[in-house]
Amino acid sequence: MTDLAITVRDLHKTYARGGREVEAVRGISFHVRRGEIFGLLGPNGAGKTSTVEILEGYRRRDAGEVSVLGFDPETRDRAFRERVGIVLQSTAFYPRVTVREALEHFAAFYPHPRDPGDTIDLVGLADKADDRTKDLSGGQRRRLDLALALIGDPELVFLDEPTTGFDPAARRTAWEVIGRLRDLGKTVLLTTHYLEEAQALSDRVAIIKEGRLVAEGPPRELAPGPSAYRVSYERDGRRVEEETADPTELLHRLTSDAIARGEPLENLTVSRRSLEDVYLELTSEEGT
Amino acid sequence: MSTARLAWRQLRFQRMLFWREPSAAFFSLLLPLLFLFLVAAVFDLDEEGLEVLVPGIAAMGILAAVFTALAYHVTFLRDQGILKRVRGMPVSPVAYFGGLVGSAVANAVIQVGLVVVLGALVYDVGWPRDVLQLVLFTALGAGAFACLGVAFANVIPNFDAAPALVNAVFLPLIFISGVFYSADSLPRVLDAIAKALPLRHVVDGLSAAMVTGAPLGDNLGAVAVITAWGAAGALLAVRFFRWE
Repeated sequence: MTDLAITVRDLHKTYARGGREVEAVRGISFHVRRGEIFGLLGPNGAGKTSTVEILEGYRRRDAGEVSVLGFDPETRDRAFRERVGIVLQSTAFYPRVTVREALEHFAAFYPHPRDPGDTIDLVGLADKADDRTKDLSGGQRRRLDLALALIGDPELVFLDEPTTGFDPAARRTAWEVIGRLRDLGKTVLLTTHYLEEAQALSDRVAIIKEGRLVAEGPPRELAPGPSAYRVSYERDGRRVEEETADPTELLHRLTSDAIARGEPLENLTVSRRSLEDVYLELTSEEGT
Repeated sequence: MSTARLAWRQLRFQRMLFWREPSAAFFSLLLPLLFLFLVAAVFDLDEEGLEVLVPGIAAMGILAAVFTALAYHVTFLRDQGILKRVRGMPVSPVAYFGGLVGSAVANAVIQVGLVVVLGALVYDVGWPRDVLQLVLFTALGAGAFACLGVAFANVIPNFDAAPALVNAVFLPLIFISGVFYSADSLPRVLDAIAKALPLRHVVDGLSAAMVTGAPLGDNLGAVAVITAWGAAGALLAVRFFRWE
């Protein structure tokens, strides 16, 4: 058995919208290892959902190779659907069904389901188990979505923008719950347009923009090579910023000059360029 | 789990949903009965009139319980993303829709049963003359309307549009199909249209079963028309089905 849960090679997808052809995915390649939480990060409309819906088996690709747990999702094999769990963007559900009833009902579709009660505990809905879904808050409903995705005890879980529209507290709680999937050994493919979400949850991140992958790697290493550090200070009342791979030499020069002139080096900061810097550069209009 | 057992589970789930949705329960079960009481009372129908009205209401009840209810429900499920969710799960469409349709057909059976009992006990049209024909036309009508209801959901853009579109079919259909009065008095053009559509033939079949006792041999044309509509509905339902 390969240690790759997902491989995507040169994926293409074009939609016809209002007579125009919209190229949503333009040659994306990446892979996800088993047991890994992989974040697909990008602004709205970048092609994240198109990509994920192809991997989930909802959409057909126009070109490229896709393998998910060894299956071609396009065939919509039943064995494939038994082994993946899907959290879609929409959270609507049968309004007059309780959390427990929903999980018990959908558990019957799977050959080896998780225990509904345990699953309710796992997502932190124990005290809402007998509430109807229409009485749940947005965050609680999203946790029900996750519980429904987990009820079949899948190897791979797709999370499409799991915390969009959440307040910060609800987002933290959701992250905690998603973090538990790692302990269960699940592979997770997460899409999000929140940078901190990708950073907090993912082992590796791919940044996607206008249907193309523009960066990929562990969040810490995404800040690319020659300008990984940013040194800034003030001189004659103006802010000066320099980027460098190795700040030692630059700092030595700056501090020596300052001592020689007998002036302080005002507001000196040295920072590693964050994923946020990389993300903003890569996804801003003039970033490419 | 086998397809049949999953369909049965889904059917029981749908029954639970149905009884928790008071407005749907009202529309499907009580509205046709309300029409029965009102039309009988307002027009002060005699025996002859009641013998037309009672089987007519039974047929209308099947249409409301199956065609209308499924057109609404499938549109609702699609709008809410529940169909998409189910599609990502390892359940066959046959099992899932088997449960949905089965629940609607159960309502049609309840409906016909209520009308038969009220017809015999309150309106004095007697008990059904031909139980086999009653079962046959209830099953055939419910099956055809189920296919047509799912097919019709394919053309309803969203749930907000559903009441207007469904009633645009439902109301004219019940008025030209001889539900409230004998279809013999219809203008020729309307009569021809009604005869090309399925409800009129369900009314005729139920009328034979419940009132006149005419043999099935007289109604083979009705069987053929209802079956043809059901087959066309099934094809359209599957061919143009939209999961999202």
